[in-house]
Amino acid sequence: MNARREFLRRSGGLVVAFSLAPYAHGQGAAKAGKPRLPGSLAKDPYLDAWIRVDASGAVTVFTGKAELGQGIKTAILQVAAEELDVAMDRIALVTADTARTPNEGFTAGSHSLQDSGTAIRNAAAQVRALLVQEAARRWNAEARALTTANGIVSAPDGRRARYGELAAALDLHVDARPDAPLKEASDFRVMDRPVPRVDIPAKVTGGAAYVHDLRLPGMLHARVVRPPSYGATLAAFDPRSVEQRPGVVKVVRDGSFVAVVAEREWTAIQAMAELARACRWNESARLPDEGKLGAFLASLPSKDDVILDRGGASAAPARTLEASYSRPYLAHGSIGPSCAVAHLADGRLTVWSHTQGVYPDRKAIAEMLGMPEEKIRLVHAEGAGCYGHNGADDAAADAALIATHVSGRPVRVQWMREQELAWEPFGAAMLVRVRAALDSRGRIADWEYAVWSNTHSTRPGTGGSLLAGQSARGLRLPPPRAIPQPEGGGDRNAIPLYVLPRARVTSRFLEDMPVRVSALRSLGAYMNVFAVESFMDELADAAGADPVDFRLAHLDDPRARDVVRTAAERFGWKKGAAAGSGVGQGFAFARYKNLAAYCAIACEAEVDLETGKPRLKRVVAAVDSGQVVNPDGLRNQIEGAIVQSSSWTLYERVAFDARRIRSIDWQTYPILRFDSVPESVEVHVVDRPGAPFLGSGEAGQGPMAAALANAIAHASRRRLRDLPLARRELS
Amino acid sequence: MSGRIELNGEWREVRSEGDTPLLYVLRDELGLNGAKYGCGLGQCGACTVLVDDEAVFSCVTPLSMVDGKRVTTVEGLGTVEHPGPLQRAFVEEQAAQCGFCIPGMMMRAAALLRAEPHADEKRIREALQPNLCRCGTHMRILRAVKKAAQA
Repeated sequence: MNARREFLRRSGGLVVAFSLAPYAHGQGAAKAGKPRLPGSLAKDPYLDAWIRVDASGAVTVFTGKAELGQGIKTAILQVAAEELDVAMDRIALVTADTARTPNEGFTAGSHSLQDSGTAIRNAAAQVRALLVQEAARRWNAEARALTTANGIVSAPDGRRARYGELAAALDLHVDARPDAPLKEASDFRVMDRPVPRVDIPAKVTGGAAYVHDLRLPGMLHARVVRPPSYGATLAAFDPRSVEQRPGVVKVVRDGSFVAVVAEREWTAIQAMAELARACRWNESARLPDEGKLGAFLASLPSKDDVILDRGGASAAPARTLEASYSRPYLAHGSIGPSCAVAHLADGRLTVWSHTQGVYPDRKAIAEMLGMPEEKIRLVHAEGAGCYGHNGADDAAADAALIATHVSGRPVRVQWMREQELAWEPFGAAMLVRVRAALDSRGRIADWEYAVWSNTHSTRPGTGGSLLAGQSARGLRLPPPRAIPQPEGGGDRNAIPLYVLPRARVTSRFLEDMPVRVSALRSLGAYMNVFAVESFMDELADAAGADPVDFRLAHLDDPRARDVVRTAAERFGWKKGAAAGSGVGQGFAFARYKNLAAYCAIACEAEVDLETGKPRLKRVVAAVDSGQVVNPDGLRNQIEGAIVQSSSWTLYERVAFDARRIRSIDWQTYPILRFDSVPESVEVHVVDRPGAPFLGSGEAGQGPMAAALANAIAHASRRRLRDLPLARRELS
Repeated sequence: MSGRIELNGEWREVRSEGDTPLLYVLRDELGLNGAKYGCGLGQCGACTVLVDDEAVFSCVTPLSMVDGKRVTTVEGLGTVEHPGPLQRAFVEEQAAQCGFCIPGMMMRAAALLRAEPHADEKRIREALQPNLCRCGTHMRILRAVKKAAQA
């Protein structure tokens, strides 16, 4: 108990204030018998971990989440400004930094508003209430008679106090309460408004917006020479000519880790190319036949987990259908290759990285270097969009390791395009087999589904998760683990939201990982929704039902029904439109993870009936994200998901031969260009004022894939079950 | 080598070797952020700048080829306080997610609008074909360029 709280406890006049004040001290707040604190407050309950108000009235908000281009900075500022009653531009926001912010794990899984937004909203409401209580105490007034606006508490008689003067008397190093009085949605002035993103002006004018733009005094430039294939070890190496190049500061060899450090970036790139020629490697990788991935996955030993086993009564099946679906390995393919800056000085290491998890990345780097974690600071700085676990953490580890070889000077490392596409951990290849029975009324009577997949997370936390840790220290990735339900990994969204009297869903987890894999936006949900929603159309067709009606007949969740109806209406869904005309309509729906945002998508596609070449023409989506913080930000995310997913779905696959990854640039890993962008994309937000935030950043990936496959099937009568749907010849 | 370029309206001496790609001259020697390294191969357009009035991939354009010429980067289109028409349109349409490709998109669009100030959507799509966006911001980028073309 600190002195200030002891004082508060003893001061009889502060009874009201104390009733607002916290439960027990410290981490104990979340213990048994007490209600769980909302969002990330459960992990870090101190109010001042999230919000500080100084004597000048300056407000600082701290989030452990990072801006990935999804607009989280703006949304968090809106939430804080709303509940604090302070103008957005008066709030400073500090994002993921091990020296300053709470540990909120990874910025991933569409969790940021659910976790951090909820924590900050509740913390802000309590801070505001404490400020009001302090004013009430000073004025001997009723707290509920006071109002707040623009960082000022006002009384009906005209007395006013700035937050700064009130805050000086408050201790915010206290536990949050689980029942903060939040504003009613009808009172919102900042939330649920399309506030312009705070980061966009710098990004369109050449401001320093990314870690790539960080230039520290005396900073060196490094490039890494990566091995030619997974697990290759350095056999022979002659750095002499490279060391003699003007401008080269050092050639680093640490185990099988090779890098070159130079004064200038272009010098480092040229030296890297020469150094690569001076390296001889022992290669051992054995990769599967890229053309037969489904059969390969099915041949691997699996750990099976029945995640749904519902054995209800159902009518006798009249007809049974089965199908199998597959997806290839997919690249995150960030437009800006991964980059990091590291500086070792006086035994302390600082790393600037676009990692999604500053704390886990710090832990991994500490383990790799054998340094205590407290000697390392990881600071998030933006990168290009990552869409999951790309090369960010590895580039951070590269920079950290190289910094230990050039102690005293900061060093910036950026990956080359071919390194990013060859070495990032890909989204895993997957296989689905599904069988279902329809009863005589055309309803699903039985459903049997199995999904084969590697893990969808090999994220850091250990030195062996880092390429540099593997090359330099021989560390190994720990045995992969499946992400459990209800969120799931490979089996994310493997359980349909539909009403199924009998159903069995099996997750077949594959431990063997010949290709490096990890989290890609939506994890297994992309594939499972593609499979489930494609198969729903196949079943609807067999039942002679309209695809939208068929879905509605199997949905009892009213919010699910609302997004399905909204998307169909706004699209102008035509029942009974003839198939095979070359133009088709397709529909799909999912609730992401079965617990986050609801998303339904209708689209129109054309198929050239001679060449089979598909083209996405028009897309209409409906989304229910609970209470919306920034409707334009939400639409931007869903629009992006639609266009990105259509690129994955039509064109993308990682190419490799028996030993090496072969898709290493935008010719060999083609993605959507403007000639394939649809004519229009509309996103309709189903408003749910006052409802909890539902994560939305990944909600569109799966529905878009299936809606497109369904539209292609409708246009051409060809059911495509193996991704990508429009296989482009590699040039 | 030492040479001169007229960078965003101001003549600048540069000292990089003649074979240095313009991108590294801009970023490393002159300290600008707008042009981005995306592929180094002229495949993605993140590095796009104007040389005279033509859009070029600065990652594959050696300094020796631009000596004595006008080079315009996104910094030359305006500032946060005084944005140019394209910048204003991109902000108004909130045409960015991560934003990494956006300066290249804007410079590609700037080249088009210098040649065809009222280009229609078809022409805009054709002009932007060399540039990649991974976030899927394409619809907004198209809206922003159209808005600038109609301004």
